[in-house]
Amino acid sequence: MATDRVVAIRGGAVAFRVLSAGRGTPLVYFHSFHDREPFPPFLERLAERHTVYAPLHPGAAGSTGVETLDDLFDLTLAYEELLDALDLDSAHLVGHFFGAMVAAEIAAVFPRRASRLALISPLGLWRDDAPSADVVTLPQEDLMRALWADPDSDAARRWAAEPADEDENAAAQIESVQRRAAMAKFVWPIPDKGLRKRLHRISAPTLVLWGDDDRVNPLSYAEEWHHRIKGAALSLRRGGHMIHQEAPDVVASAVAEFLR
Amino acid sequence: MKICFFHLMPYRFLPDDFEARYRSVWVDVPHSLFDAEKASGLYHEYLDELEHAERMGFDGLCVNEHHNNAYGLMPSPNLMASTLTRRTSRAAVVVLGNSLAAYNPPLRVAEEFAMLDLLSRGRLVAGFPVGTSMDMNFAYGVNPATLRERYYEAHDLVMQAWTRPEMFSFNGKYTQVRYANIWPQPLQKPHPPVWIPGGGSVETWEWTAKLDYVYCYLSYFGYKRGKATMDGFWETIARVGADDNPYRAGFLQLVCVADTDAEAERLYAKHVHYFYQKCLHVWEGFSEAPGYRTLKTMQAGVRPQVGAQARKIRQSLDWPKYLDAGYVIAGSPQTVRQQLTECIKSLRVGHLMVLLQIGSMPKDLTLHNTELFAREVMPHVRDMWPEHKDRWWPSGASNGD
Repeated sequence: MATDRVVAIRGGAVAFRVLSAGRGTPLVYFHSFHDREPFPPFLERLAERHTVYAPLHPGAAGSTGVETLDDLFDLTLAYEELLDALDLDSAHLVGHFFGAMVAAEIAAVFPRRASRLALISPLGLWRDDAPSADVVTLPQEDLMRALWADPDSDAARRWAAEPADEDENAAAQIESVQRRAAMAKFVWPIPDKGLRKRLHRISAPTLVLWGDDDRVNPLSYAEEWHHRIKGAALSLRRGGHMIHQEAPDVVASAVAEFLR
Repeated sequence: MKICFFHLMPYRFLPDDFEARYRSVWVDVPHSLFDAEKASGLYHEYLDELEHAERMGFDGLCVNEHHNNAYGLMPSPNLMASTLTRRTSRAAVVVLGNSLAAYNPPLRVAEEFAMLDLLSRGRLVAGFPVGTSMDMNFAYGVNPATLRERYYEAHDLVMQAWTRPEMFSFNGKYTQVRYANIWPQPLQKPHPPVWIPGGGSVETWEWTAKLDYVYCYLSYFGYKRGKATMDGFWETIARVGADDNPYRAGFLQLVCVADTDAEAERLYAKHVHYFYQKCLHVWEGFSEAPGYRTLKTMQAGVRPQVGAQARKIRQSLDWPKYLDAGYVIAGSPQTVRQQLTECIKSLRVGHLMVLLQIGSMPKDLTLHNTELFAREVMPHVRDMWPEHKDRWWPSGASNGD
């Protein structure tokens, strides 16, 4: 079981709920819009070799203070302050989509904070010829088809299951809106916030990992990330956008192998 | 009692199979459907209808702002209001309104409203909507997370620009102006009356009450469904200790008047159907950006007017159901008088706004509806609320005399 605690910065203006588990070199995971589980099986696997920290994004499920964070730069600074609060000089930074963008921002703005960087289908670039899907606003049915290579898979069904209790369901719906809203704040209406100009600052060895059937974040972005980060490795695996949930073992092994 | 003629300026020529073929009337409605020749005629047709309404004795003429929207061809209501100032002389020019957070710097709104107030010789009502999610977040790209904060800040800047005696500096989070000093200044002092059009968010009630503005509930779903929202507003008014003057409230109601109830159905049913089935056909993905509604409003269970749930209800509707549900008040003058009186009393509204051009309704029918309403209905509801004074009416507009 992961340890669950709250770590505050800025005199309590921002408070991160941080889950952590495992032993080994530190690894920080950054969630995305549709990561419903704070500490999914994929992180349990990584915790076999690392001390894994999963801070929930401010405004999502127990983390607070998003209203005090003005923009992406402010968010990046807040995460750097969190690393201090966790007593981590440097750590492996891992993230999915929005979370991978945050990891890349930290690694670009504070290059020495990142030991190694593993980006799973990262957000943060923009191509007019291949816009990433607007998954923050997609209705449920369209969302299922976009997120999952197989919307009927067990992983997809588990993810989509709604609590039977009416009050619990209403609370879950509100939590989902709050989580997406808290992240969308930093990428609305187009997720290009200048990262392109900062990627050259990344000095950590980097893995870019993508599902070959990613319908949210087109494969042309994989090429783009691969080329823009010096020496980055590119790994294409069978799966959709939610590959870390569809194939947790495959993704965890690939990441663990890269971090070794 | 004040009665205003409200116009949405809808595009009247959407194809019959529009709602089957296209996913949304708003945000991504293809402009291949837009016939510029026809739209050019529409503006003149609709301005004629508004000008005609003044001649028929309406107290105010209302225009509003929408973007990427086939049921509202007024991205700039100020342009429409501007032409109305030259062709009318008595009615209030009610702009409901300018979505403050869309303007950078928002001083532009202070300037244009000042110009309209001068042009109209003090007949302007200044409306400040937060704006719908479709307009603000999707069409204009404003961040839903900061929309309200941006709106409140813009409001403060506009009010200061209108009321501070000297040039000032404004160091806002979203707008920084070193030399805030608008020329011209509005004619009405200290400033034009402010009406806040809202969809039913809890914060807006409190804010409106605190600042002593008029709250206008612009619902397309009539007085029966609007009751819960207006009750919420009046409860807020009571809680903050303000008086219950009905002129604190405005409400929009769709109305169709004919010689008989049966004639109303024959004349208006298809245009009403066009409005509900085509004009409100908004894709669920655009109904509300995450962050647009505050946590408090979500917890209060206030639902958006469009989207999947609203669509399911709408699709099952026919003429008797529109009427039963009170979405539309329609029928003979006697039927309309009776229901409209109930509407005004039950919602406690001093500023009634009526939508008499609905959906695809052509000009001759709109004029017919307007005339019947003005002659057969308006005189019978005009005298309501005699014991209350309208403190939110523009000083240059005729005051019911």
